[in-house]
Amino acid sequence: MVDATPRSHRDVPPAEVPEVELYHPRSWWTTYVFSQDAKVIAIQYAGTAIAIGLVALVLSWLMRLQLGFPGTFDFITPEAYYQFITMHGMIMVIYLLTAIFLGGFGNYLIPLMVGARDMVFPYVNMLSYWVYLLAVVVLAASFFAPGGPTGAGWTLYPPQAILSGTPGGNDWGIILMLVSLILFIIGFTMGGLNYVITVIQGRTRGMTLMRMPLTVWGIFTATVMALFAFPALFVACVMMLFDRLLGTSFFMPALVEMGELLRYGGGSPILFQHLFWFFGHPEVYIVALPAFGIVSDLISTHARKNIFGYRMMVWAIVIIGALSFVVWAHHMYVSGMHPWFGFFFATTTLIIAVPTAIKVYNWVLTLWRGDIHLTLPMLFALAFIVTFVNGGLTGLFLGNVVVDVPLSDTMFVVAHFHMVMGVAPILVIFGAIYHWYPKITGRMLDERMGQFHFWVTFIGAYAIFFPMHYVGLVGVPRRYPEIGAEAFMTAPVGGLNAFISVAAFVVGFAQMVFLFNLLWSLRHGREAGSNPWRATTLEWQTPTTPPPHGNWGEERPLVYRWAYDYSVPGAPQDFIAQNDPWPDRPARRP
Amino acid sequence: MSAVLVFLAVVIGFSFWWLYHQKVMEKPWLERGVHTALPETDVSGMPTAKIALAVFLAVVGSLFALFASAYFMRMNYADWQAPPMPRLLWLNTGVLVMASVALSCAVRAARDGQRALVRLGLAAAGLASLVFLAGQLFAWHSLAAAGHYLDVNPANGFFYLLTGVHGLHILGGLVALARSMGRAWTREVPAERLRLGVELCAAYWHFLLFVWLGILVLLAGWAGDLIALCRQILA
Ligand code: HEM
Ligand SMILES: [Cu+2]
Repeated sequence: MVDATPRSHRDVPPAEVPEVELYHPRSWWTTYVFSQDAKVIAIQYAGTAIAIGLVALVLSWLMRLQLGFPGTFDFITPEAYYQFITMHGMIMVIYLLTAIFLGGFGNYLIPLMVGARDMVFPYVNMLSYWVYLLAVVVLAASFFAPGGPTGAGWTLYPPQAILSGTPGGNDWGIILMLVSLILFIIGFTMGGLNYVITVIQGRTRGMTLMRMPLTVWGIFTATVMALFAFPALFVACVMMLFDRLLGTSFFMPALVEMGELLRYGGGSPILFQHLFWFFGHPEVYIVALPAFGIVSDLISTHARKNIFGYRMMVWAIVIIGALSFVVWAHHMYVSGMHPWFGFFFATTTLIIAVPTAIKVYNWVLTLWRGDIHLTLPMLFALAFIVTFVNGGLTGLFLGNVVVDVPLSDTMFVVAHFHMVMGVAPILVIFGAIYHWYPKITGRMLDERMGQFHFWVTFIGAYAIFFPMHYVGLVGVPRRYPEIGAEAFMTAPVGGLNAFISVAAFVVGFAQMVFLFNLLWSLRHGREAGSNPWRATTLEWQTPTTPPPHGNWGEERPLVYRWAYDYSVPGAPQDFIAQNDPWPDRPARRP
Repeated sequence: MSAVLVFLAVVIGFSFWWLYHQKVMEKPWLERGVHTALPETDVSGMPTAKIALAVFLAVVGSLFALFASAYFMRMNYADWQAPPMPRLLWLNTGVLVMASVALSCAVRAARDGQRALVRLGLAAAGLASLVFLAGQLFAWHSLAAAGHYLDVNPANGFFYLLTGVHGLHILGGLVALARSMGRAWTREVPAERLRLGVELCAAYWHFLLFVWLGILVLLAGWAGDLIALCRQILA
């Protein structure tokens, strides 16, 4: 044991004058609506994200109705189908996953886990949520605009995105989408600055960077990445808005539409692709890194074992964050790029697999001979590992130019990214909600409903996306509302598609059970107490549960150790909280 | 994408340097006890607002680096035809420099506790910035009057886009400047707080001046010459 306490500071002075008065909002409105409390903002963020996420879920049902039973539903025209995929993809990636991981879990967990009373700029933090809400409203408004939402695909590639042949291209759809994205980025930047600066400046005494739980490391790094990746999307959106509204030709080449020469000319669609994917690839890790961090904590806590290779986990997170800015063009292998260029990006793509694989090994080694409790959070964490490995392996295939070229734009790609950035992070979100719900509400979620939810979701997700790989290999293209019995397919897939669709409805139904559980347990759940999982991290050590505004009562906690002291030999319990001085006595306060 | 990659390389390099000094090489599982690198807490002693501004400026920097990247890529296409530079831009540049100088003086004055001078500096900077914005609008007007509309050529598009985004950032800064002025004119505000606000404004303005010089280099076409020169030296 290294005693990290400097001798001269054995008696640590109080960190602050208790300024608790500041944390008593005056009215109902400022407590629950225009709240500056990060925990309330977190719930607002998560609630909004889940609400709009439900829309995306319904859209996926509609798509599956069409794919599974083509020709049966008249109202799903090809145009409508394009609109469904576009809105489904964009909502899932940005408005649900990004918002819930950073705005939701980031807001709730960062201040609690680092021992802060709140984010460093609570007012800006509140604004961040309201701008996000505005972005969601603008996005939702496009469903009711003339011409409907845009059907350009979530990648919004020009020139088609702003041409009349694409739904919403000549109407409001694409404009509202671009404006909504711009708003989202502005709102996110406000929140993101808060998360980053709170980690840098808001930590309580004793909480060195290397004592932070991996959840905080994951969210912190993802936020830094997002701060630098979203501007690329911002630039792309602004320039496309100029092309659409003001007639510039940044992205638009000369085009003839319905026999008429358009006013555009000379622009470069490839330029848009570069900008989009310069954001788009880091985005994958923006949702993956928080998931990595959270899953590490879930595994460690529910296997009663310290995380294997903490330092390496931290470095891997940081290195993945940096590397993911130099792999973007692996999404553009079929854009006619120079082969050497493709070779370079294939290499960086494979290199990034190394730190990622290290993380997977470390999770497995943490489980190795652990005291594994198959609680719901643990089940979801295990499911995540399996699913992530699965999606990661097909990613290695697709990262190679020669494999990607024939598979590009097939359902194989759809299956790959749903595994790795759809199902896997969502499983972590579920696990995290089962894990932290007792802290947020003071009650446990119902176990039986949870078991049902887990098994149906886990098995169902594989029933949906496993066969989809095969469908893609057979040659079914992505973004086709109907395929029929085309010659390019090597086998018929009609029956399989129907099976996938049925599985999708079943999985969707299980989510309703989950939502019901969230509401039902609010009143009827078992009382949780303050630390039901016997976890070490600070959020479980708050004097009251749920924690009030200001979190810590009179004094902020003092941190004596890292976040993973589980099953320490000789300790009175099988965990030692981070603010527990064992085996010393607490530092005396003057 | 070279411009933004160079920019990000600097950001990443700095982050790694910072992390290195945060003892990421330590083995936390071997240590025990309250870490107190600084007497009170182990976070940096710098005012939080300053660190926040630095991070924010890095983000704004990446935004402009991305615009520059897009500019370079679009420039290579056959239809590119740079508009003439309105002479007025040089005058505007001078005015923006004056705003920065005025803010530097205000910082000096705030450190010496001379409130009257602070007020003068802030007011001068605000005025100069407004004049700058008006000048930029005039530059737009003169370009448009000569037929160089936004949609005639992508180079024109970038001209309006870059000056516009830069102008919006100045406009946003003016809000912060106005708040600092409010403080400077209120007697009860402690000198410490006033100083911090003035310093933040000054840093923001210097940064935007720097960005503006970068935009000027781009728009005047020197960037192309510069790249050609670098290529020659390398070859
Ligand atoms: C209930 C689970 C889900 C089902 C059944 C589902 C189904 C689908 C279907 C059928 C497509 C269109 C395929 C095509 O015709 O090209 C699609 C596209 C897509 N999905 Fe999902 N999805 C689900 C969850 C998710 C999640 C959680 C994400 C978050 C990452 C996601 C992200 C996307 C994206 C980005 C696209 C591409 C949209 C485009 O091509 O523009 N999906 N999904
Ligand atoms: Cu990628």
